[in-house]
Amino acid sequence: MKVELQNLTKIFPSRNKKSGEEVIAVNNFTFTIPDGQLVGLLGPSGCGKSTTLYMISGLQQPSGGKIFFGEDDVTDLPAESRGVGLVFQNYALYPHMTVKQNILFPLQNLKGPDKMTKEAMLERAYEAAKLVQIDELMDRKPSELSGGQQQRVAIARALVKMPRVLLLDEPLSNLDARLRLQTREEIRRIQRGTKITTVFVTHDQEEAMSISDMIVVMKLGVVQQVGKPQEVYDNPVNLFVAKFLGTPPINVFEGEVKGGKLYIGQSAVLDTPGVDDRAVTVGIRPEGFILDENGPLTCNISGIEVMGRDVSIVSTNEHSLNPVIRSIINSDANINAAATEVSYSLKPHKVFIFDKETEERLYFEV
Amino acid sequence: MANESVATKTYFWYEFRKKLSAFAKKIKFDQWKGWIYLSPAIVLILIFTVWPIFNTVRMSLLEGYTTMKEVNGAVFNFGIGNFKRVIDYPGFLTCLKNTVLLTVLTVPISTFLALLIAVCLNSIKLFSRALQTIFFLPYVTNSIAIGMVFAAMFKMIIGGQARPDSVGIVNNVLEALGFDYINWMNAGSEYWANIVVMTVYIVWNALPFKILILLGGLQSVNKQYYDAAKVDGTSRARVFGRITVPLLSPMIAYVVITGFIGGFKEYSSIVGVFGEGMGPVGNAYSLDTMVGFIYRAIGKQEGTASAAALILFAIIFVVTMINLYVSNKKTHY
Repeated sequence: MKVELQNLTKIFPSRNKKSGEEVIAVNNFTFTIPDGQLVGLLGPSGCGKSTTLYMISGLQQPSGGKIFFGEDDVTDLPAESRGVGLVFQNYALYPHMTVKQNILFPLQNLKGPDKMTKEAMLERAYEAAKLVQIDELMDRKPSELSGGQQQRVAIARALVKMPRVLLLDEPLSNLDARLRLQTREEIRRIQRGTKITTVFVTHDQEEAMSISDMIVVMKLGVVQQVGKPQEVYDNPVNLFVAKFLGTPPINVFEGEVKGGKLYIGQSAVLDTPGVDDRAVTVGIRPEGFILDENGPLTCNISGIEVMGRDVSIVSTNEHSLNPVIRSIINSDANINAAATEVSYSLKPHKVFIFDKETEERLYFEV
Repeated sequence: MANESVATKTYFWYEFRKKLSAFAKKIKFDQWKGWIYLSPAIVLILIFTVWPIFNTVRMSLLEGYTTMKEVNGAVFNFGIGNFKRVIDYPGFLTCLKNTVLLTVLTVPISTFLALLIAVCLNSIKLFSRALQTIFFLPYVTNSIAIGMVFAAMFKMIIGGQARPDSVGIVNNVLEALGFDYINWMNAGSEYWANIVVMTVYIVWNALPFKILILLGGLQSVNKQYYDAAKVDGTSRARVFGRITVPLLSPMIAYVVITGFIGGFKEYSSIVGVFGEGMGPVGNAYSLDTMVGFIYRAIGKQEGTASAAALILFAIIFVVTMINLYVSNKKTHY
């Protein structure tokens, strides 16, 4: 089931009646989620990603635009008629019911021709529980489960009625770091297994990149970029997207393009044919630095972090807009630990330049 | 050298403080502070709560005790005669019957109505504040005054003469619906009619507090449970029965238990409607209650009053224990 959003907009009336300012939570969102894919809505808090999810679920009514599930226009359908499964951030498991009762609950709501026999419901509930590996815990209450187990119950409850679309609101934010890694693989596995079109919301770019087929990066209600995680990472359309994706984060410098060359300070660091002369902001991915004694970009070393496979050189440069520059170098490279300065040359495809004013990407020929 | 002496001094004071606090702990100085802070409250509670309870037990166990005779230097025998007198008294069974009947009738009805009203109040947005205030008004109104209004609503005759223009609004409604007048509470009225009047009045009077508690409970229920139920297409009745009521069960238990306790202490409401006769004209004390019995014995037979109060206490205690036992089994988390 593909999900199509057309010019989706959500405006919240102002809380402060005097100023009368409205809050545009989602602004003109147009996007088609292909059938059976896992899509991550990604952005900092307040960017409208959760609002978008709730509009897809039907719990919130859009102020404008349309939502299609396949060919059906569901914009005016109430949540219960849309056939979505929703997993809430804090799971919203009914505390007075056992795991089994929680999972059975959506099935018991079915009426008319969809009504199921008790045996069929139990079978389906156990099927869903097996899928998320909680079939041993069916008689426990939610308060007797760990966070990860509760999460699985919530997913089982959402899956048991075989939804057309599965929606996950910050599914991993209440879990500790290790469980998060494990659970995100789990979500990926379940989604692959059921082939249900899935949308999930997160502010953690690593989480989104690692399991999504596609990511949508949002900022202040406006979609910034849509694409496969690697494409978006390799080809950000603006400074916001470049900064938001990647750990360690991208290194940002102020620079200038003059005569087809990119200058950081006085040194020409890269050829950038195709960009007019102007002041620019330069983004360099940590893996975009090459140790080179004669390299044009010289920085002062302030520390070296060994990470096993790689070495991260922490350095400073007066033109850097970040307090420190982090470059990731293969640990095979010969690094002089006593040196106070380090010089780099740059990998052209890891360097992005942005207009200083608009922060839009300026493309040059590599 | 100077540094060293500063360090030594600091160390000395550090050690001193440590020893002092260890000493304070030993004599439980902190605890004494606590007792001192509590003492005003403790003194008041001792005088006005603990002593009266103790004295009630004492008086109930002194046969034929009255304060009047004590002044004259009479001596009372120790025994359970007062309790016997209470139980043997012919009016006592009437009191017990009325009290139990009114409690058993009003608590379930008022709890159910309060739950319904609280859920409705919680689901509307327009005027919800104004309506909450209106529903709370009976709570701050004097129960004698309300009783007089109810008496006016249910009355059939004024000044001993039946006149069609002086019947209360309830009988007007009955007439409009094509029924005969019912003598709810005037001279010659039947017992069941009196009980109906009292049930309506007590339920109405008990609603505000229950609504307040239940509405507070409803507002503290996480909205996401309802969102989750909505996404799953749960019907309203099922949301109410499977989600709202279980999540509210601690509050419902509280309201039922306090309702039973209040019900067993029913008194002023009957005085409010029927006057101090505690029954329709010509049938005084037919609606007498346990507390009514106790009140009337005060000033004449304190020993009997104390015994009756202890019997009432025992009944309330047992009923509350049963309530708690049931609610522990039925309430969730």
